[in-house]
Formats: sequence, C-alpha cells, structure tokens
Amino acid sequence: MGNIDQEVVNKVIKIVKKKKIDFPESYVNDIAEACIRRELTDKELETLIVRVKKAYERSKVESGEAIGTVAAQSVGEPGTQMTMNTFHYAGVVELNVTLGLPRLIEIVDARKTISTPTMAIYFDEDHKFDEEFAKKTASKIAKITINNVLDDDLHIDYGQMNVEVIISQEKIKEKHLDFDEIVSKLEAKLKKHTFEIEDNKITIAPKVDKRTKNGIQIRDIRLLVDKIRHFQISGVKDVNRVIIRKDEQWVLHTEGSNLKAVLKMEGIDKEKTTTNHIHEIYTVLGIEAARNAIIKEALHTLDEQGLSVDIRHVMLVADMMTADGSVKSIGRHGISGTKSSVLARAAFEETGKHLLNASIRGEVDELTGIIENIIIGQPIPLGTGSVGIKMKNN
Amino acid sequence: MNSTKIYMNGELIGVCENPEEFVTEMREKRRSGQISEEMNITYYDKTSEIYIFNDPGRARRPLIIVKNGIPLLEDEHIQEITEGKLKWDDLIVNGIIEYLDAEEEENSYIAMGINDLNEDHTHLEIDPSTMLGICAGIIPFSNHNSSPRNTMEAGMTKQALGLYVSNYMHRTDTRAHLLHQPQTPMVKTRIIDATDYDKRPSGQNFVVAVMSFEGYNMEDALILNKSSLERGLARSSFFRSYETFERKYPGGQEDKFEVPGKGVRGYRSENAYRHLDEDGIINSESYVESGDVLIGKTSPPRFLEEIDEFGSANEKRRETSVTVRNGEKGIVDAVLLTETVEGSKLTKIRVRDTRQPEFGDKFASRHGQKGVVGLILSQEDVPFTENGVVPDLIVNPHAIPSRMSVGQVLEMVAGKSGCIKGERVDGTPFNLDIESEIRNFLTDNGFEPNGCESLYNGMTGERIEAEIFIGVAYYQKLHHMTTDKMYARSRGPVQVLTKQPTEGRAREGGLRFGEMERDCLIAHGAALALKERLLDESDKYEAIVCGKCGMLSVHDKIRNKIYCPICGEVDSFPVEISYAFKLLLDELKSLCVFPKLILEDKA
Repeated sequence: MGNIDQEVVNKVIKIVKKKKIDFPESYVNDIAEACIRRELTDKELETLIVRVKKAYERSKVESGEAIGTVAAQSVGEPGTQMTMNTFHYAGVVELNVTLGLPRLIEIVDARKTISTPTMAIYFDEDHKFDEEFAKKTASKIAKITINNVLDDDLHIDYGQMNVEVIISQEKIKEKHLDFDEIVSKLEAKLKKHTFEIEDNKITIAPKVDKRTKNGIQIRDIRLLVDKIRHFQISGVKDVNRVIIRKDEQWVLHTEGSNLKAVLKMEGIDKEKTTTNHIHEIYTVLGIEAARNAIIKEALHTLDEQGLSVDIRHVMLVADMMTADGSVKSIGRHGISGTKSSVLARAAFEETGKHLLNASIRGEVDELTGIIENIIIGQPIPLGTGSVGIKMKNN
Repeated sequence: MNSTKIYMNGELIGVCENPEEFVTEMREKRRSGQISEEMNITYYDKTSEIYIFNDPGRARRPLIIVKNGIPLLEDEHIQEITEGKLKWDDLIVNGIIEYLDAEEEENSYIAMGINDLNEDHTHLEIDPSTMLGICAGIIPFSNHNSSPRNTMEAGMTKQALGLYVSNYMHRTDTRAHLLHQPQTPMVKTRIIDATDYDKRPSGQNFVVAVMSFEGYNMEDALILNKSSLERGLARSSFFRSYETFERKYPGGQEDKFEVPGKGVRGYRSENAYRHLDEDGIINSESYVESGDVLIGKTSPPRFLEEIDEFGSANEKRRETSVTVRNGEKGIVDAVLLTETVEGSKLTKIRVRDTRQPEFGDKFASRHGQKGVVGLILSQEDVPFTENGVVPDLIVNPHAIPSRMSVGQVLEMVAGKSGCIKGERVDGTPFNLDIESEIRNFLTDNGFEPNGCESLYNGMTGERIEAEIFIGVAYYQKLHHMTTDKMYARSRGPVQVLTKQPTEGRAREGGLRFGEMERDCLIAHGAALALKERLLDESDKYEAIVCGKCGMLSVHDKIRNKIYCPICGEVDSFPVEISYAFKLLLDELKSLCVFPKLILEDKA
C-alpha cells in the first residue's frame, strides 16, 4: 500500500482520533484509499468514517452471544459431511498426507505424534532458483541407509561368517556422500566388529569374544545384516523421503518432520519453511506460531474437502487451545477436562473421578458456566439470561 | 519340507506332499459319489494350505462342471429333464452339476455363458442371474440399476406386506400384516419362478405415471388415486394377538377370568368392560379401541393380610385385565380358548384392523424407489390418457436420473407391453435382447416405443403439453404406516426415579429434547426458552434448602413445620431445581459426599 497518500492517511487518523473511534489499522488505510479513489471532500470523508464506524460496531459480536457453541456447531456440522477418505494425493504428487476427518480430529486432539508429518522447505533469496543447491540440500535432509547405496545386495558368507558390503561409487556420488565417511560412521556404530576395506568393498565380521564363546551363530550374522542394511549414513533425524519440486521457486517436500534441525541448515528461508506438525511448531517457534498453525491446518483440511468455515470460528478454536501458553486438546485431557466447574467436568467425561476429587478437596462450584446452570435448572448466563436487574443506590 | 497343511472345518488334521493331486482326487470322489456332495475343498498355493469344509451354514450355489472346455450338461440331459425322466438330484449324483461354497469358488474359473467357454474354465454358470439371492433376484432388469439401488431394494423387499403365510387364519402372531388381494408381478424374473414368489406375492401392479403434479410429489412423495384405493388397492390388514392365562400362585390361589367387580383394586370404568361376556372374555367381531378390556382378569392380592382402616384383614383382589394397546383399535378377529402345559386356562385374542393407504404410508417399487404418500387424489382430478386410462400412482421424474434406476423405466415399459399382450413379461437380469422386443411390440400396437403418452389434465381437461411416461410397475406397500407412528403429547406419565417424562410412543412418552437441540437454544441465547424445556416442562422441583448447612430441609406436612435434619428449626428457603439434580445430590450423599448448596439472593 505504498501508493497511498500519507497526507490523506494522516487526515483520516486525525478524524478517527477526534471521534474517539477504535479502528483496526487496515481500516484506516482502506478508507484513505477510498477517499482518494472517490475524490471525497473533507465533509464526505467524515460522514464515511462515521458510517464505517456504525457498520463496524454493528458487526461486532454482542456480549452474551454464545460464540463457543456457534463455533463448535460451525466446525462440527461440516465435519459430519466429511468423507472418511483418509489418504489423498493432494498438493504434492506421490506424497501421502492425512486429510479429511482424521486430520481434523488430529488437529483438535493436539496429538504429539501425527500420522503423516510433512514439511515444506523453502530457500532464501540466494538459492531460490539454484537447482543444484536444492538437490544438495535434499540429499542432506533425506534419510539414506546403506541399502540405498549398495552396488548389488549384501553378500553373506556363512562359511567365513562375515558380511560383504559393496558400495556403489555412482550412487554415493549422486547423493553427495563420501566413502570414507560412510566407513567411519559404520565403524563408530559397530564397535565389536572387524573391518576389512578393499576398494569399495567393506567386509564386516563380528569379533570373537567372551560373549560369543559358542562361536558366531547364523542368527548373529542375520541380525548384523539387518543392522547394516538399515544403518542411516546421512540425513536429518525423523525425515525419511524428500521430494524436490519447482513451483515458482525450488521447494522441498518431506515425509517426516524435523523443523528444528532443518531451520539450522544453511540457505533455508526460515520464515517460509514450515511443517504440518503443530506440536513441533510450538516447541520450536512458540505458542503464537502454534496458534497460527492450528488455524492454517484446520482451514486447509476443511477447504480441501470443499467446505467453507468462517475463519473466526477456527480462530476461536485455536485461541481456546493455545490460551494458556501450551497447546491443549479439546477433550478430556484438555479444555473440557480443565474447566473450573466440577459439575461441568463431571457432566463431560469421567464423572466419578471428578466428583470424588472435588469432594476430597472440598471444591466450590460457583455456577457461572452454562452446563452447571442447565444441570441445576437455572437460566443460563448467556443471551437473554445474561441480563439482570440492579437496584439504584441512592 | 514344504508340506501342505490340511484343515478340516478349521482344524488342522494333517499334511500332504502333492496338494494338486490330492485336491483333484477329492473332487473326483465327490463327483462320483464316493464322498458326500456337501464337501467342499480349496487349495491355496500361496500359503500351502488346503481347506476342507463339510459343516452346515455355508452358502453354496450350483454350477455346471466343465471338462476341457466342454460343459458336462448336454442337450440329452435337458431333453430328459423336460420329459421328466431326469431330476435335479440326478444331475448332482451323476456329477454334472455341483455346489461350490465361497472358498472353493476361489479355485475355480467360471464362465458366464456358453459362448465365453475356453480350455481353462472349470465351471459354467447355469444362468448369470443365479448369482443373485432371493431378495435381489426379485428385481427385474437389476443389471440396469445402480448398485446402491439394488442393495436398498434387497433390504426393502423384506419390509413389504404380502401373503406372508397361507395359514394366517389359524395363527396368533403377536403382530402380522396381510396385504389384501396381492398380485403376481407383471414383470417377473426366473428367480421369482424358482422361489415360488408367485405363490406368496408381496405387492400389486400399479399403473404409474411419471410426472410432477402440483408439487405434491416433491422429494419422493407419491400421489395415489383415491378411487383405486377405494377399489382395494394397497389395502392391508393388521393383526395383533393378545394372550394371558390364569396363573397359579403358591398357596393355592390363582387368577380368574371374570368381569371384575367394582370392589377390585384398580377397577377401570364400567365402559371399559362393556364388551366382555359372562366368562370375562370378549366376543369376536366386537369393535374395540385403546383401553378397552379384551380379557377381564383378577389376581389375588400381592401381600396377604392387608389390614384396612378397621383393623380386619381384607382380601382385595387386583385387576390384571388385558386391554387394547394404546393408540390401536380394531375388530376382534378370533378368540381362542385353550390351556397351558400346567393346565391353566389360556386365552388368545386376535384383533384385526383394516389399513387403507393414507398420508405418510410408505411404498416402494422394486428398484429402491421408495416414497411416502403425499396426496390422495380423487380419480376425476387425476390426469388420464387418450384411451381413458387413469394412473393409480404419480411419481416425480426427479426420482429417476440422479439415482440411475433404469430398471424401473424398463419395468414400466415391459409391464405396459405385457398388459397389452395379456401375458407376463420376463425381466430376468442379463437377458440382453428384451428391450428391442418390447419397443417393437409397443410400436406394433400403436404406442410410442418409449412408453410416453399424451395425458389430459383431470381438472381442466386440457392436454398436458409434455408427453408423460406411463407404464405398469409392481409396487410394494412397506410396513411403515402413519397410524403406527403418529404421536403427540402435552401432559402424561413421568418416570418414578427422575420424575422426567417417560420415553416412547408406547409409554405415552415425551418428545425428547436432546443434546443437540439444547445446543441450538444455547447458540441462540434463548436462556429462558431453554429453561422452560429442560425444567418447567420436565422435572421441575421445589427443594427447601437449609440456609445454615446447605442441605435439603424436611417439610413435615402433619405439623406444617420445616426443619433441617442437621441444624433443626432454622431458616430454610425454597429453591427451584430440577428433580434430576436433587437426585444427584441424594446419590452423592449415599456415597458419603456432602454437597452443600450455598444460597445467595438472585441478582
């Protein structure tokens, strides 16, 4: 909005201050823009501001409005229409992301482990269009095991009781790896084994010691083979696969998520890079980021199913989940389970537990909530029930 | 090392080295009659397992055995069967046809028709439609329908009224529906023949016009011709049987069938007993309504030595008559007097009620096209064709395209041509060349081949601009009828424990204001409307609460004093709460939790 005349903006701000109106900042700019476009006189501008003020006031939620229930219904009703179609190829080809109802449940449950964590990694200004850099980073992030760089397959020699690992030079070159590095990593992992290196062939055999006094069993060799095969030689922890895509710039999509490790890497756009794992965002970036992530993910999930829910309902849900500084779930262990009212908690789940604990502690229910008042048969403190009569003190 | 495990009825009984050979030999033995034909054997080469089954409860179906691409059933056999020399069982005994279960089907390669046969086939379908069961087999042209519609119809056939048994006059089913004048369907299938559906049909052939009519058939509603109904179309009877017996109690006392005297505990009004004969049992053909006594019965008092005000033991018998159910009426159809195994007198009474179709009764065609009656129109107002044919039923055209029940369209044209021809039409699924036959026949008889006709507005006599699709379809009356469901309540009985209204129509219960309905009132902020639903119109209770300790006080009605059981005579205040909440407080107290109500002035 650089093209708006600062003079007009100041004029608007002046009137707004004079009228003692509390507007969001963006309104001021919008009004200024309209003023220039329509060539309003000062008097007309003042009328406009007063009218906008009225409309703004009118569209505010009135006190006593059951926003929580309305938000719950507004998210819940489209939820019933969601198809149970769990896996859907959306966004990126060949990357499976949980969507639909299971994903929505996952979000509101504030799960610590989600079923399909995935990241979108962007690059900074210098590397935005650098294909080579994108590929290099991808191979740094992606999980590579010995199995991925084998020339053929592992050769097991039951006569010699050893395992031959033949590393493909081409494959490691393609993946920007170093042969000596692989060997040293393997040696660090398999300390009780002997190593023989010959060109690109590594022969590994278990050392004979006290533990293996009965000789080396076939089973030991087989276990060793599995160990070697799945030994990770490169990559970020918890990230399995990386897919490189070019939209407007190079983007990496991952299967598995580790935001902390990725953000530490060179050449990454730390603002745009993101994950769909809300709890990870909370631990790495903090509660406000987690709130935004909840809103984004929930809206995206609903939108993908062709359902439109007003963002303010989702924002309220996210606010409730993050209000006390940690991500709380909606349910027994979160919002419903930590209400202050005994009766409200008992009415939800685990009735016996809540009543027992309340009686031990001698809890007092102030009966300020909705559920409590329904239970005891009082008008609820909402809507028409939120008003009362007060005597004038003379 | 790689022996194949053999399981018989799920139990491991042994192993074998050459499974293919073993299985083939077993099958040969079954076909030659050395082993029971009920045995089925399956070999899974992937898991090296052989399954043998011979237990009851498996669904099996017959197939023609094929050897080297040639079916064993030959023309001679068919010839002999038509002559009556050969029977079905002979074909099985001779190993020409065999029954496969679901497991053994996995091992076979079944050809759909004789033209598809090749060297690899092991079996040949007798007819493609044999893969359908009884319910799905009733649907004509089901191969032209979308699968959900066929599934729905298979479910609805079971709800259709018809001739459910032929000895219904001699039975006392608790509940039974019977369709008057059931008809055999104009369009039949071979499965209908095979299952003898024609002997116990469950529907009637309706002349159906597909058109919208004054909006009374929106959303799957149906419009019925009143005159057709008066001629007995879709009329049914409902039977309900009541029974009771003279129970014998320990101590020599017993129940007695009689007209209860006025002194009996729980005596109903005199009017309720008006139909009873001297023996306390109603006579047949009397018209009864709900509450009327069918069998007058008294029982001995529950507790002996009930002492009345004057101090003498008073033998007062209880009234335990059987009455007509709430909301039902009818005519006593049959009275049956007999005795129980113990020799006590036993009475069964069957009440009959005629049901002419009314608004809200449910009907369905054989293609999952169900709907409820939305309008019953006098014949003079129903549109009619050039020939003067007036449809029995008008369905909305919107019911067809999105559901893709093309079978219904075909059935209607087929039914129409059958009616003209005067013979039934075969609508067996997968019979592919019937459509053109029907079309040609209609054209030859001066009808449009697509089944459309000009209709005239019954009210104005004007020709309806659009051509209307009209034909004959078999419709079923389903056992969801308005009279069984219609209900309302203003006041009525409450539950003993919670003092909330009872649940369900049979108990004259309230209409549940559930959790989601509650949420809606909360969302609207209608606090007082919500309180009215949940408290005033439910279990309102005025509790007296002790101002000192917060427990419920006692109102001694005899001395007219209010006191608290803990604090004695201190100030107590009336508080309006729900009885359910009072019950919660009581239950907490019984668990040694002391819930105190802290009172405050209302803001």
